Amino acid sequence: MKAVKILNGNQTIAEAARQINPDVVAAYPITPSTAIVETIAQFKADGMISSEFVCPESEHSAMSVCIGAAAAGGRVMTATSSQGLALMWEMLYIAAGLRLPVVAAIVNRALSAPINIHGDHSDTMGARDSGWIQIYSENCQEAYDNFIQAFRIGEHLDVRTPVLVGLDGFIISHSAEPVLIEDDREVRSFIGEFKPVFPLLDTSRKITVGPIDFTDYYFEHKRSQIEGIENSPRVIEEVGREYGQKFGRFYGFFEEYRMDDAETAIVVMSSAAGTGKDAIDELRSEGLRIGLLKPRVFRPFPHEKIAEALKKIKAVAVLDRASSPGAFGAPLFTEIRSALYDYGQRPKIVNYVYGLGGRDINVEHFKEVAAKLQKIAETGKVEEMLGYLNLRE
Amino acid sequence: MKEEDRLEERNPMEEFLRMDRMPHIWCPGCGLGTVVASFAAALRKSQVDLNKVAIVSGIGCTGRVAGYVKLDSFHTTHGRPVPFATGLKLANPELKVVVFSGDGDIVGIGGNHFIHAARRNMDILVICVNNFNYAMTGGQVAATTPIQANLSTAPYGNFEYPFNLPYLADACGAIYVARWTSLHLRRVTKSIQEALAKKGFSFIEVITPCVTLYARRNRLGDGLNLLKYYYENSEIQHGADTRTLDIDFQGKIIVGKFIDKEKPTFFECMNTHLKKVLGDKYRPYYGE
Ligand code: SF4
Repeated sequence: MKAVKILNGNQTIAEAARQINPDVVAAYPITPSTAIVETIAQFKADGMISSEFVCPESEHSAMSVCIGAAAAGGRVMTATSSQGLALMWEMLYIAAGLRLPVVAAIVNRALSAPINIHGDHSDTMGARDSGWIQIYSENCQEAYDNFIQAFRIGEHLDVRTPVLVGLDGFIISHSAEPVLIEDDREVRSFIGEFKPVFPLLDTSRKITVGPIDFTDYYFEHKRSQIEGIENSPRVIEEVGREYGQKFGRFYGFFEEYRMDDAETAIVVMSSAAGTGKDAIDELRSEGLRIGLLKPRVFRPFPHEKIAEALKKIKAVAVLDRASSPGAFGAPLFTEIRSALYDYGQRPKIVNYVYGLGGRDINVEHFKEVAAKLQKIAETGKVEEMLGYLNLRE
Repeated sequence: MKEEDRLEERNPMEEFLRMDRMPHIWCPGCGLGTVVASFAAALRKSQVDLNKVAIVSGIGCTGRVAGYVKLDSFHTTHGRPVPFATGLKLANPELKVVVFSGDGDIVGIGGNHFIHAARRNMDILVICVNNFNYAMTGGQVAATTPIQANLSTAPYGNFEYPFNLPYLADACGAIYVARWTSLHLRRVTKSIQEALAKKGFSFIEVITPCVTLYARRNRLGDGLNLLKYYYENSEIQHGADTRTLDIDFQGKIIVGKFIDKEKPTFFECMNTHLKKVLGDKYRPYYGE
């Protein structure tokens, strides 16, 4: 039976995992994602799932176990954060290169040094070129919905690409809110049976996974890997629509909030978008024509659709919860600015890095950005393209 | 009250601690403070030049030591204090380099580094506080968890064989190996003193109560109950065969100094070997 439960982000992911009942779960403890695996361990111990559950000696080993299990023909998942994802880095490329649709819940957290356990997007942004599909969640409900869809997307035969679902450390992982948990059977029927491709466990056909591939064919194989993620936009749309038809919550590449007649807009992902929407409401009631765009899918980057949504806006601020030292702007900004390049009519655009190491962002900070956008829209002049929010300097 | 009658609320180990970082985060009844106090006492007694001591910690409850001691210290990443320490020692062989970290850090995620530093007889001291679980993240099963012990990722008890740490260190070539519990305060201090005076890879395991997680999940009572358990169940057997030192859940804990030998260190091996091969062309390296 479907039911509204009061769950935090970690419990929500564990609840989805219980319903999906993957063949193998392998994970290593790390704050703030530990509770996901703890809860799954309890489900396993209580016989509520039949998954093999492994506690390896590091995240690198956890992802290696996932890759082995996926190559064997299993549906597999893991969960981690920050340094844990960083330690998996080598293995992320292996999963993607071998077209193994592993699914990972990443509770976003800052990277060391200095040591910090709070939320930002440095970890997943560090993995942005690893070949994984990346989907971000604003709240627990979205984390739940995204996590379920991730299996369908990654496992689609035209895609066969690993998927990570991001949810903000502490802000989402540790905050409880009402979450609509769908009926177990309905979720299972939505996910469907896992169909392995070339499973190692099929002993009638002998294959070698991941052998040496030098100047002869490496390039072609990499190209065919990219094909998988390039096929994914169509699948992401289909799955998002089907999910909506079945469960009533529709998903696309991004969400537009009060964008219809907007002159200025703020682009922001994940939990901060919730705060942003409150700010937009207040600003709208003060008479400002401002909207918000919340990207959900960061890889593959929906460049055309985002550009179409933003091209008529006068001034746009992109808020990044990660920095890219030495680059011309932070990751989300560079993608969006580049997506707008071919348009004759395009907005003035600025970038703010915010919230590193869990630094708060509240309505006032969004208003600060809105005021700057307003000025840019009126004067057509950008004084400072790259800046920071709520930072002491 | 007259000024001179006033009892001063000062920590007796203040000279070794960053008092501006107090209060520490450790739980009441945790054994970590005791081990740090033993370490400070050992430093005081050995009269080593504190400017020549460096502490390296990884991540975990024990990992916090690096932030609390008033010495050159390095709070590194999870599992990597041993290679960081190796680098420190190589760049400045004059330093006494001490790795102070937990079991999850040193022999779980960092196990590979540990065995190799021991193998090459790197001249560092590793103090491993063993509380049988990953405490900082909330009490998950670790590479040291005794069979049957219950933890959050082993809710009906652990079934994996745990490490016998002195045996591991011994097999990998450590020249000094001891095990104590945090009850054996003076013995820990003495072992640290001895190990500080050794040249080569030294290893001290200190079993400590994790009251909040390990003890609570296994219904073992509070810190005092665990110290009682150590008192009643630990048996000193210096020189015991390290193969016999497995720890069963709430079983006997054999403690003592098991290995104390001399062996050329990494530096000595390197200098002797290269001198032999290269003759006068080789300038021995001791960090100058
Ligand atoms: S959680 Fe356990 S090991 Fe950590 S400080 Fe508390 S008692 Fe000590």
